[in-house]
Amino acid sequence: MKKDQTLGEALRLKGISRRGFLKFCAATASMMALPPAMVPAIAEALEKARKPSVIWLSFQECTGCTESLTRSSTSTVEELIFDTISLDYHHTLQAASGTGAEDAREASMKENRGKYVLIVDGSIPISNPGYSTIAGISNEDMLMEAAEGAAAIVAIGSCAAFGGIPQARPNPTGAVSVSDLIKDKPIVNVPGCPPIPVVITGVLTHFLTFGLPELDHLGRPLAFYGNSIHDRCYRRPFYDKGLFAETFDDEGARKGWCLYKLGCKGPTTYNACATTKWNDGTSFPIEAGHPCLGCSEPDFWDAGSFYQALSTPTGDITRNTLYAAGAGVAAGAAIAAVNRKHRSSAEKRHEKVTIDDLEKESKS
Amino acid sequence: MSDLYVTMTRPDSIDIRVGAGPRDTGNVAPLLNEVRHALVQLLDTGKETIIDLRSIPLGPGESERLEETLGEGEIEAVLHSLGRSTIRETAYPGVWLVTHYNEEDEIMGKFVEVTHIPQILKSQNEDINEGLQRLGSTLEQTH
Ligand code: SF4
Repeated sequence: MKKDQTLGEALRLKGISRRGFLKFCAATASMMALPPAMVPAIAEALEKARKPSVIWLSFQECTGCTESLTRSSTSTVEELIFDTISLDYHHTLQAASGTGAEDAREASMKENRGKYVLIVDGSIPISNPGYSTIAGISNEDMLMEAAEGAAAIVAIGSCAAFGGIPQARPNPTGAVSVSDLIKDKPIVNVPGCPPIPVVITGVLTHFLTFGLPELDHLGRPLAFYGNSIHDRCYRRPFYDKGLFAETFDDEGARKGWCLYKLGCKGPTTYNACATTKWNDGTSFPIEAGHPCLGCSEPDFWDAGSFYQALSTPTGDITRNTLYAAGAGVAAGAAIAAVNRKHRSSAEKRHEKVTIDDLEKESKS
Repeated sequence: MSDLYVTMTRPDSIDIRVGAGPRDTGNVAPLLNEVRHALVQLLDTGKETIIDLRSIPLGPGESERLEETLGEGEIEAVLHSLGRSTIRETAYPGVWLVTHYNEEDEIMGKFVEVTHIPQILKSQNEDINEGLQRLGSTLEQTH
Protein backbone atom coordinates (compact mmCIF):
# COMPACT_ATOMS: atom_id res chain seq x y z
CA MET A 1 0.00 0.00 0.00
CA LYS A 2 1.43 3.35 -1.03
CA LYS A 3 1.73 6.05 1.58
CA ASP A 4 -1.05 8.33 0.30
CA GLN A 5 -3.53 5.54 -0.43
CA THR A 6 -6.44 4.93 1.87
CA LEU A 7 -7.13 1.41 3.11
CA GLY A 8 -10.35 1.27 1.05
CA GLU A 9 -8.46 2.12 -2.15
CA ALA A 10 -5.72 -0.38 -1.37
CA LEU A 11 -8.24 -3.20 -0.85
CA ARG A 12 -10.10 -2.42 -4.08
CA LEU A 13 -6.83 -2.40 -6.01
CA LYS A 14 -6.15 -5.86 -4.61
CA GLY A 15 -9.41 -6.96 -6.22
CA ILE A 16 -11.30 -7.36 -2.95
CA SER A 17 -15.05 -6.93 -3.39
CA ARG A 18 -17.34 -4.87 -1.20
CA ARG A 19 -18.54 -8.12 0.35
CA GLY A 20 -14.93 -9.00 1.18
CA PHE A 21 -14.52 -5.54 2.68
CA LEU A 22 -17.65 -5.99 4.81
CA LYS A 23 -16.33 -9.33 6.00
CA PHE A 24 -13.02 -7.68 6.85
CA CYS A 25 -14.91 -5.01 8.82
CA ALA A 26 -16.99 -7.59 10.72
CA ALA A 27 -13.82 -9.49 11.69
CA THR A 28 -12.15 -6.20 12.64
CA ALA A 29 -15.07 -5.21 14.88
CA SER A 30 -14.84 -8.58 16.58
CA MET A 31 -11.08 -8.15 16.94
CA MET A 32 -11.46 -4.67 18.42
CA ALA A 33 -14.07 -6.06 20.82
CA LEU A 34 -16.63 -3.62 19.42
CA PRO A 35 -20.29 -4.56 19.02
CA PRO A 36 -21.34 -5.76 15.53
CA ALA A 37 -23.64 -2.72 15.31
CA MET A 38 -20.46 -0.67 14.87
CA VAL A 39 -19.58 -2.38 11.57
CA PRO A 40 -20.91 0.43 9.31
CA ALA A 41 -18.93 3.03 11.30
CA ILE A 42 -15.83 0.85 11.12
CA ALA A 43 -16.33 0.39 7.37
CA GLU A 44 -16.52 4.14 6.91
CA ALA A 45 -13.44 4.81 9.06
CA LEU A 46 -11.35 2.02 7.51
CA GLU A 47 -12.33 3.14 4.03
CA LYS A 48 -10.71 6.49 4.72
CA ALA A 49 -7.84 5.39 6.98
CA ARG A 50 -4.36 6.35 5.82
CA LYS A 51 -1.12 4.57 6.52
CA PRO A 52 0.52 5.86 9.68
CA SER A 53 4.24 5.68 10.29
CA VAL A 54 5.23 3.49 13.23
CA ILE A 55 8.52 3.44 15.12
CA TRP A 56 8.98 0.49 17.46
CA LEU A 57 11.63 0.70 20.18
CA SER A 58 12.67 -2.33 22.23
CA PHE A 59 14.37 -1.78 25.59
CA GLN A 60 14.76 -4.22 28.52
CA GLU A 61 12.57 -6.97 27.11
CA CYS A 62 12.67 -10.63 26.12
CA THR A 63 11.20 -10.18 22.60
CA GLY A 64 8.17 -12.19 23.76
CA CYS A 65 5.86 -9.32 22.79
CA THR A 66 7.19 -9.21 19.24
CA GLU A 67 6.98 -13.01 19.14
CA SER A 68 3.38 -12.93 20.30
CA LEU A 69 2.52 -10.54 17.50
CA THR A 70 4.47 -12.10 14.66
CA ARG A 71 3.89 -15.74 15.59
CA SER A 72 0.16 -15.32 15.62
CA SER A 73 -0.67 -17.25 12.48
CA THR A 74 -0.99 -14.75 9.68
CA SER A 75 -4.67 -14.17 9.76
CA THR A 76 -5.82 -12.07 6.86
CA VAL A 77 -7.06 -9.29 9.07
CA GLU A 78 -3.81 -8.83 10.90
CA GLU A 79 -1.91 -9.09 7.66
CA LEU A 80 -4.02 -6.38 6.10
CA ILE A 81 -3.62 -4.18 9.16
CA PHE A 82 0.12 -4.58 8.92
CA ASP A 83 -0.09 -3.76 5.27
CA THR A 84 -1.65 -0.52 6.31
CA ILE A 85 1.03 0.70 8.66
CA SER A 86 4.53 1.68 7.72
CA LEU A 87 6.83 0.05 10.25
CA ASP A 88 9.82 2.33 9.78
CA TYR A 89 11.98 1.02 12.62
CA HIS A 90 11.91 -2.22 14.58
CA HIS A 91 15.37 -3.52 15.29
CA THR A 92 14.33 -7.21 15.42
CA LEU A 93 12.28 -7.17 12.24
CA GLN A 94 13.97 -4.65 9.96
CA ALA A 95 16.52 -5.70 7.36
CA ALA A 96 18.82 -2.72 7.91
CA SER A 97 21.27 -2.82 10.81
CA GLY A 98 23.84 -0.58 12.47
CA THR A 99 24.07 2.98 11.21
CA GLY A 100 21.61 2.25 8.39
CA ALA A 101 18.91 1.30 10.89
CA GLU A 102 19.51 4.29 13.15
CA ASP A 103 19.50 6.59 10.10
CA ALA A 104 16.12 5.16 9.04
CA ARG A 105 14.74 5.87 12.53
CA GLU A 106 15.98 9.43 12.48
CA ALA A 107 14.77 10.07 8.95
CA SER A 108 11.29 8.75 9.74
CA MET A 109 11.12 10.78 12.96
CA LYS A 110 11.99 13.91 11.05
CA GLU A 111 9.69 13.29 8.10
CA ASN A 112 6.67 12.31 10.19
CA ARG A 113 7.25 14.62 13.14
CA GLY A 114 4.14 15.02 15.26
CA LYS A 115 2.34 12.24 13.35
CA TYR A 116 4.04 8.91 13.99
CA VAL A 117 2.98 6.29 16.49
CA LEU A 118 5.72 5.22 18.88
CA ILE A 119 5.50 1.64 20.11
CA VAL A 120 7.69 0.63 23.02
CA ASP A 121 8.30 -2.79 24.48
CA GLY A 122 10.56 -3.32 27.47
CA SER A 123 11.31 -1.21 30.52
CA ILE A 124 13.92 1.54 30.83
CA PRO A 125 16.88 1.23 33.25
CA ILE A 126 17.57 4.52 34.96
CA SER A 127 19.88 3.65 37.84
CA ASN A 128 22.64 2.77 35.39
CA PRO A 129 21.92 3.47 31.71
CA GLY A 130 24.76 1.11 30.77
CA TYR A 131 22.48 -1.88 31.43
CA SER A 132 20.78 -1.38 28.08
CA THR A 133 21.89 0.74 25.16
CA ILE A 134 21.25 0.73 21.42
CA ALA A 135 23.98 2.02 19.13
CA GLY A 136 25.61 3.55 22.21
CA ILE A 137 22.48 5.56 23.02
CA SER A 138 20.89 4.95 26.41
CA ASN A 139 17.30 3.68 26.42
CA GLU A 140 16.14 6.75 28.28
CA ASP A 141 17.70 9.17 25.78
CA MET A 142 16.31 7.25 22.82
CA LEU A 143 12.84 7.12 24.34
CA MET A 144 12.76 10.81 25.23
CA GLU A 145 13.92 11.84 21.77
CA ALA A 146 11.46 9.59 19.94
CA ALA A 147 8.58 10.52 22.27
CA GLU A 148 8.97 14.20 21.56
CA GLY A 149 7.78 13.96 17.95
CA ALA A 150 5.22 11.17 18.49
CA ALA A 151 1.46 11.65 18.13
CA ALA A 152 0.88 8.92 20.68
CA ILE A 153 2.79 6.18 22.45
CA VAL A 154 1.71 2.58 22.81
CA ALA A 155 3.49 0.71 25.62
CA ILE A 156 3.31 -2.97 24.63
CA GLY A 157 3.73 -5.61 27.31
CA SER A 158 3.85 -5.41 31.08
CA CYS A 159 7.51 -4.23 31.07
CA ALA A 160 6.86 -1.07 29.04
CA ALA A 161 3.49 -0.49 30.68
CA PHE A 162 4.36 -1.12 34.34
CA GLY A 163 8.06 -2.05 34.62
CA GLY A 164 7.33 -5.78 34.45
CA ILE A 165 9.84 -8.46 35.31
CA PRO A 166 12.94 -6.21 35.06
CA GLN A 167 11.36 -4.05 37.77
CA ALA A 168 10.60 -7.02 40.06
CA ARG A 169 12.31 -6.86 43.44
CA PRO A 170 15.17 -6.05 43.89
CA ASN A 171 15.02 -4.23 40.53
CA PRO A 172 18.79 -4.28 39.87
CA THR A 173 18.68 -1.97 36.85
CA GLY A 174 16.34 0.64 38.28
CA ALA A 175 13.78 -0.29 35.61
CA VAL A 176 10.83 2.07 35.09
CA SER A 177 7.84 2.10 32.75
CA VAL A 178 7.22 4.47 29.84
CA SER A 179 4.61 6.40 31.80
CA ASP A 180 7.08 6.88 34.67
CA LEU A 181 9.19 8.98 32.30
CA ILE A 182 6.73 10.61 29.93
CA LYS A 183 3.95 12.78 31.20
CA ASP A 184 3.03 15.01 28.26
CA LYS A 185 1.89 12.53 25.58
CA PRO A 186 -1.08 10.22 25.28
CA ILE A 187 0.12 6.76 26.34
CA VAL A 188 -1.86 3.57 25.74
CA ASN A 189 -0.75 0.68 27.95
CA VAL A 190 -1.18 -2.79 26.44
CA PRO A 191 0.11 -5.00 29.28
CA GLY A 192 0.39 -8.77 29.37
CA CYS A 193 3.39 -11.06 29.48
CA PRO A 194 3.00 -11.11 26.54
CA PRO A 195 -0.18 -9.34 25.43
CA ILE A 196 -2.69 -11.26 23.28
CA PRO A 197 -1.74 -10.70 19.61
CA VAL A 198 -5.16 -9.47 18.52
CA VAL A 199 -5.17 -7.04 21.41
CA ILE A 200 -1.99 -5.48 19.99
CA THR A 201 -3.41 -5.29 16.47
CA GLY A 202 -6.82 -4.29 17.81
CA VAL A 203 -5.33 -1.27 19.56
CA LEU A 204 -3.40 -0.28 16.44
CA THR A 205 -6.55 -0.66 14.35
CA HIS A 206 -8.49 1.44 16.78
CA PHE A 207 -5.87 4.13 16.51
CA LEU A 208 -6.04 3.90 12.72
CA THR A 209 -9.83 4.16 12.58
CA PHE A 210 -11.10 6.12 15.54
CA GLY A 211 -7.96 7.51 17.16
CA LEU A 212 -7.10 6.89 20.77
CA PRO A 213 -9.25 4.25 22.47
CA GLU A 214 -11.01 4.83 25.77
CA LEU A 215 -8.67 3.93 28.65
CA ASP A 216 -9.03 2.72 32.24
CA HIS A 217 -7.27 4.22 35.27
CA LEU A 218 -4.08 2.32 34.36
CA GLY A 219 -4.07 3.57 30.77
CA ARG A 220 -5.35 0.28 29.33
CA PRO A 221 -7.94 0.22 26.51
CA LEU A 222 -11.31 -0.57 28.09
CA ALA A 223 -12.40 -2.63 25.09
CA PHE A 224 -9.89 -5.34 26.05
CA TYR A 225 -9.18 -4.66 29.71
CA GLY A 226 -12.65 -3.57 30.81
CA ASN A 227 -13.58 -6.92 32.37
CA SER A 228 -11.63 -9.12 34.72
CA ILE A 229 -10.72 -12.67 33.73
CA HIS A 230 -13.06 -13.75 36.52
CA ASP A 231 -15.96 -11.75 34.99
CA ARG A 232 -15.75 -13.74 31.78
CA CYS A 233 -14.35 -17.06 33.01
CA TYR A 234 -16.26 -20.18 31.96
CA ARG A 235 -15.42 -21.72 35.39
CA ARG A 236 -17.25 -18.90 37.12
CA PRO A 237 -20.46 -20.87 37.78
CA PHE A 238 -18.35 -23.21 39.96
CA TYR A 239 -16.91 -20.28 41.86
CA ASP A 240 -20.43 -19.01 42.45
CA LYS A 241 -21.46 -22.41 43.76
CA GLY A 242 -18.33 -22.68 45.94
CA LEU A 243 -16.92 -25.65 44.01
CA PHE A 244 -13.12 -25.43 43.99
CA ALA A 245 -10.23 -27.63 42.88
CA GLU A 246 -8.00 -28.07 45.92
CA THR A 247 -5.04 -29.69 44.15
CA PHE A 248 -4.09 -30.02 40.52
CA ASP A 249 -5.25 -33.60 40.29
CA ASP A 250 -8.22 -33.98 42.59
CA GLU A 251 -11.80 -34.70 41.64
CA GLY A 252 -12.54 -30.96 41.40
CA ALA A 253 -9.64 -30.37 39.01
CA ARG A 254 -10.87 -33.21 36.81
CA LYS A 255 -14.38 -31.84 36.82
CA GLY A 256 -13.16 -28.42 35.74
CA TRP A 257 -14.06 -26.59 38.95
CA CYS A 258 -12.83 -23.12 39.85
CA LEU A 259 -9.06 -22.66 40.41
CA TYR A 260 -9.39 -19.92 43.01
CA LYS A 261 -7.88 -21.93 45.85
CA LEU A 262 -4.95 -22.91 43.64
CA GLY A 263 -4.00 -19.25 43.42
CA CYS A 264 -6.04 -18.00 40.47
CA LYS A 265 -5.54 -14.23 40.02
CA GLY A 266 -8.52 -14.00 37.66
CA PRO A 267 -10.59 -11.88 40.06
CA THR A 268 -7.98 -9.09 40.17
CA THR A 269 -6.72 -9.35 36.59
CA TYR A 270 -8.10 -7.33 33.73
CA ASN A 271 -7.48 -8.82 30.27
CA ALA A 272 -9.29 -10.48 27.36
CA CYS A 273 -7.88 -14.03 27.69
CA ALA A 274 -11.19 -15.60 28.78
CA THR A 275 -13.02 -14.58 25.61
CA THR A 276 -10.35 -13.91 22.97
CA LYS A 277 -8.25 -16.85 24.17
CA TRP A 278 -4.83 -17.83 22.79
CA ASN A 279 -3.46 -19.71 19.79
CA ASP A 280 -6.21 -18.65 17.42
CA GLY A 281 -8.92 -18.93 20.01
CA THR A 282 -7.99 -22.47 21.09
CA SER A 283 -7.75 -22.08 24.85
CA PHE A 284 -6.28 -20.01 27.68
CA PRO A 285 -4.40 -20.90 30.88
CA ILE A 286 -7.51 -21.50 33.01
CA GLU A 287 -9.03 -23.69 30.29
CA ALA A 288 -5.77 -25.68 30.33
CA GLY A 289 -6.22 -26.20 34.07
CA HIS A 290 -3.75 -23.62 35.39
CA PRO A 291 -4.70 -20.61 37.50
CA CYS A 292 -4.30 -17.15 36.00
CA LEU A 293 -0.95 -15.53 36.99
CA GLY A 294 -2.26 -12.00 36.62
CA CYS A 295 0.44 -11.04 34.11
CA SER A 296 -1.34 -7.92 32.85
CA GLU A 297 -1.46 -6.26 36.28
CA PRO A 298 1.24 -4.02 37.79
CA ASP A 299 3.82 -5.85 39.97
CA PHE A 300 2.40 -9.27 39.14
CA TRP A 301 5.79 -10.86 39.77
CA ASP A 302 5.97 -9.53 43.33
CA ALA A 303 2.35 -10.09 44.30
CA GLY A 304 2.98 -13.27 46.30
CA SER A 305 3.08 -16.88 45.13
CA PHE A 306 1.30 -17.77 41.92
CA TYR A 307 -0.19 -20.72 43.83
CA GLN A 308 -1.36 -18.86 46.88
CA ALA A 309 -5.04 -17.98 46.96
CA LEU A 310 -6.02 -14.32 46.90
CA SER A 311 -7.54 -13.18 50.14
CA THR A 312 -11.21 -14.04 49.91
CA PRO A 313 -13.79 -11.44 49.19
CA THR A 314 -16.28 -11.44 52.01
CA GLY A 315 -19.12 -9.71 50.18
CA ASP A 316 -22.10 -11.48 48.70
CA ILE A 317 -20.82 -13.45 45.75
CA THR A 318 -23.62 -15.85 45.15
CA ARG A 319 -24.78 -14.99 41.70
CA ASN A 320 -25.37 -17.39 38.94
CA THR A 321 -26.95 -15.32 36.24
CA LEU A 322 -23.89 -15.18 34.19
CA TYR A 323 -24.54 -14.06 30.74
CA ALA A 324 -21.41 -12.21 31.62
CA ALA A 325 -21.68 -9.39 29.10
CA GLY A 326 -24.31 -7.73 31.21
CA ALA A 327 -25.17 -9.10 34.57
CA GLY A 328 -21.88 -10.59 35.70
CA VAL A 329 -19.76 -7.57 35.05
CA ALA A 330 -20.92 -5.22 37.75
CA ALA A 331 -20.76 -7.84 40.47
CA GLY A 332 -17.41 -9.14 39.26
CA ALA A 333 -15.91 -5.66 39.15
CA ALA A 334 -17.02 -4.97 42.70
CA ILE A 335 -15.53 -8.24 43.92
CA ALA A 336 -12.31 -7.51 42.10
CA ALA A 337 -12.14 -4.08 43.72
CA VAL A 338 -12.62 -5.66 47.13
CA ASN A 339 -9.97 -8.20 46.28
CA ARG A 340 -7.54 -5.60 45.09
CA LYS A 341 -7.94 -3.71 48.33
CA HIS A 342 -7.46 -6.91 50.28
CA ARG A 343 -4.45 -7.90 48.32
CA SER A 344 -2.65 -4.62 48.74
CA SER A 345 -3.42 -4.38 52.43
CA ALA A 346 -2.35 -7.99 52.89
CA GLU A 347 0.82 -7.21 51.03
CA LYS A 348 1.51 -4.23 53.25
CA ARG A 349 1.14 -6.31 56.35
CA HIS A 350 3.11 -9.15 54.73
CA GLU A 351 0.29 -11.39 55.68
CA LYS A 352 0.01 -14.75 53.98
CA VAL A 353 -3.35 -16.13 53.07
CA THR A 354 -3.45 -19.89 53.19
CA ILE A 355 -5.95 -22.47 52.10
CA ASP A 356 -6.74 -23.03 55.78
CA ASP A 357 -7.73 -19.39 56.14
CA LEU A 358 -9.94 -19.67 53.11
CA GLU A 359 -11.67 -22.69 54.49
CA LYS A 360 -12.20 -20.98 57.81
CA GLU A 361 -13.73 -18.03 56.00
CA SER A 362 -15.95 -20.10 53.80
CA LYS A 363 -17.24 -22.02 56.82
CA SER A 364 -17.87 -18.93 58.90
CA MET B 1 0.08 -24.75 51.44
CA SER B 2 2.87 -27.32 51.26
CA ASP B 3 0.56 -30.33 51.34
CA LEU B 4 -0.67 -29.09 48.01
CA TYR B 5 2.50 -30.44 46.47
CA VAL B 6 2.70 -33.53 48.63
CA THR B 7 -0.66 -34.78 47.48
CA MET B 8 0.19 -34.41 43.79
CA THR B 9 0.29 -37.72 41.95
CA ARG B 10 2.52 -38.55 39.05
CA PRO B 11 1.20 -37.09 35.79
CA ASP B 12 0.83 -40.49 34.11
CA SER B 13 -1.36 -41.75 36.94
CA ILE B 14 -3.87 -38.94 36.53
CA ASP B 15 -7.07 -40.17 35.03
CA ILE B 16 -7.63 -37.63 32.28
CA ARG B 17 -11.02 -37.68 30.65
CA VAL B 18 -11.38 -35.25 27.80
CA GLY B 19 -14.51 -33.20 28.11
CA ALA B 20 -15.43 -34.95 31.34
CA GLY B 21 -17.66 -33.30 33.87
CA PRO B 22 -20.22 -30.55 33.63
CA ARG B 23 -18.24 -27.62 32.24
CA ASP B 24 -21.25 -25.52 31.68
CA THR B 25 -20.94 -21.75 31.83
CA GLY B 26 -24.69 -21.58 31.75
CA ASN B 27 -24.33 -19.09 28.92
CA VAL B 28 -26.02 -21.17 26.22
CA ALA B 29 -29.54 -20.86 27.62
CA PRO B 30 -29.46 -17.05 28.09
CA LEU B 31 -28.01 -16.76 24.60
CA LEU B 32 -30.90 -18.74 23.16
CA ASN B 33 -33.28 -16.53 25.11
CA GLU B 34 -31.65 -13.49 23.59
CA VAL B 35 -32.16 -15.02 20.15
CA ARG B 36 -35.83 -15.59 20.93
CA HIS B 37 -36.21 -12.01 22.07
CA ALA B 38 -34.49 -10.83 18.88
CA LEU B 39 -36.90 -12.89 16.75
CA VAL B 40 -39.90 -11.28 18.43
CA GLN B 41 -38.34 -7.89 17.78
CA LEU B 42 -37.66 -8.77 14.13
CA LEU B 43 -41.33 -9.67 13.61
CA ASP B 44 -42.69 -6.69 15.54
CA THR B 45 -40.40 -3.88 14.42
CA GLY B 46 -38.15 -5.28 11.69
CA LYS B 47 -35.08 -4.53 13.83
CA GLU B 48 -32.15 -6.86 13.16
CA THR B 49 -29.77 -8.20 15.82
CA ILE B 50 -26.22 -9.44 15.43
CA ILE B 51 -24.46 -11.32 18.24
CA ASP B 52 -20.69 -11.76 18.16
CA LEU B 53 -20.13 -15.26 19.53
CA ARG B 54 -16.51 -14.49 20.30
CA SER B 55 -17.53 -11.89 22.87
CA ILE B 56 -19.31 -14.47 25.01
CA PRO B 57 -17.43 -16.74 27.41
CA LEU B 58 -18.14 -20.30 26.34
CA GLY B 59 -16.57 -23.37 27.90
CA PRO B 60 -15.07 -26.31 26.02
CA GLY B 61 -17.72 -27.85 23.78
CA GLU B 62 -20.35 -25.19 24.44
CA SER B 63 -19.97 -23.48 21.09
CA GLU B 64 -20.61 -26.83 19.38
CA ARG B 65 -23.60 -27.43 21.64
CA LEU B 66 -25.04 -24.05 20.74
CA GLU B 67 -24.67 -24.81 17.03
CA GLU B 68 -26.26 -28.21 17.49
CA THR B 69 -29.20 -26.67 19.28
CA LEU B 70 -29.68 -24.11 16.53
CA GLY B 71 -29.59 -26.90 13.95
CA GLU B 72 -29.69 -26.63 10.18
CA GLY B 73 -32.31 -24.91 8.10
CA GLU B 74 -33.14 -24.64 4.43
CA ILE B 75 -30.34 -22.42 3.17
CA GLU B 76 -26.59 -22.70 3.21
CA ALA B 77 -24.42 -20.33 1.17
CA VAL B 78 -20.66 -20.01 0.80
CA LEU B 79 -18.98 -16.70 0.06
CA HIS B 80 -15.51 -16.74 -1.48
CA SER B 81 -13.73 -13.51 -0.66
CA LEU B 82 -10.68 -13.21 1.62
CA GLY B 83 -11.08 -16.91 2.35
CA ARG B 84 -14.50 -18.55 2.66
CA SER B 85 -17.49 -17.57 4.75
CA THR B 86 -20.42 -19.83 5.46
CA ILE B 87 -23.85 -18.28 5.80
CA ARG B 88 -26.38 -20.77 7.06
CA GLU B 89 -29.97 -20.41 8.11
CA THR B 90 -30.56 -22.43 11.26
CA ALA B 91 -33.56 -24.63 12.01
CA TYR B 92 -35.23 -21.44 13.24
CA PRO B 93 -36.12 -19.25 10.23
CA GLY B 94 -34.70 -15.76 10.62
CA VAL B 95 -31.78 -17.03 12.71
CA TRP B 96 -28.59 -17.26 10.68
CA LEU B 97 -25.13 -18.45 11.60
CA VAL B 98 -22.39 -16.53 9.78
CA THR B 99 -18.82 -17.82 10.07
CA HIS B 100 -15.90 -16.02 8.44
CA TYR B 101 -12.69 -17.91 7.72
CA ASN B 102 -9.39 -16.49 6.49
CA GLU B 103 -7.34 -17.87 3.62
CA GLU B 104 -5.78 -20.44 5.96
CA ASP B 105 -9.29 -21.57 6.89
CA GLU B 106 -9.02 -20.33 10.48
CA ILE B 107 -12.09 -18.72 11.98
CA MET B 108 -11.92 -14.90 11.99
CA GLY B 109 -15.37 -14.31 13.35
CA LYS B 110 -18.60 -16.09 14.17
CA PHE B 111 -21.93 -14.34 14.43
CA VAL B 112 -25.55 -15.20 15.03
CA GLU B 113 -27.64 -12.85 12.88
CA VAL B 114 -31.33 -12.47 13.47
CA THR B 115 -32.54 -11.00 10.20
CA HIS B 116 -34.56 -11.76 7.04
CA ILE B 117 -31.32 -11.98 5.10
CA PRO B 118 -27.75 -11.31 6.22
CA GLN B 119 -26.40 -8.12 4.68
CA ILE B 120 -23.35 -9.88 3.28
CA LEU B 121 -25.51 -12.12 1.02
CA LYS B 122 -26.96 -9.15 -0.85
CA SER B 123 -25.16 -7.89 -3.94
CA GLN B 124 -23.44 -4.64 -2.99
CA ASN B 125 -23.84 -1.44 -5.05
CA GLU B 126 -20.07 -0.96 -5.37
CA ASP B 127 -19.71 -4.46 -6.83
CA ILE B 128 -22.82 -4.09 -9.04
CA ASN B 129 -21.37 -0.88 -10.43
CA GLU B 130 -18.04 -2.51 -11.13
CA GLY B 131 -19.78 -5.46 -12.84
CA LEU B 132 -21.91 -3.09 -14.89
CA GLN B 133 -18.80 -1.47 -16.29
CA ARG B 134 -17.30 -4.86 -17.11
CA LEU B 135 -20.47 -5.89 -18.91
CA GLY B 136 -20.42 -2.60 -20.80
CA SER B 137 -16.91 -3.13 -22.08
CA THR B 138 -17.67 -6.75 -22.99
CA LEU B 139 -20.62 -5.59 -25.08
CA GLU B 140 -18.50 -2.89 -26.74
CA GLN B 141 -15.95 -5.47 -27.75
CA THR B 142 -18.50 -7.84 -29.26
CA HIS B 143 -20.30 -5.17 -31.32
S1 SF4 C 1 -11.18 -17.67 40.31
FE1 SF4 C 1 -10.13 -18.07 38.38
S2 SF4 C 1 -10.85 -20.10 37.68
FE2 SF4 C 1 -12.25 -19.40 39.29
S3 SF4 C 1 -13.92 -18.42 38.16
FE3 SF4 C 1 -12.47 -16.79 38.74
S4 SF4 C 1 -11.12 -16.60 36.99
FE4 SF4 C 1 -12.18 -18.58 36.76
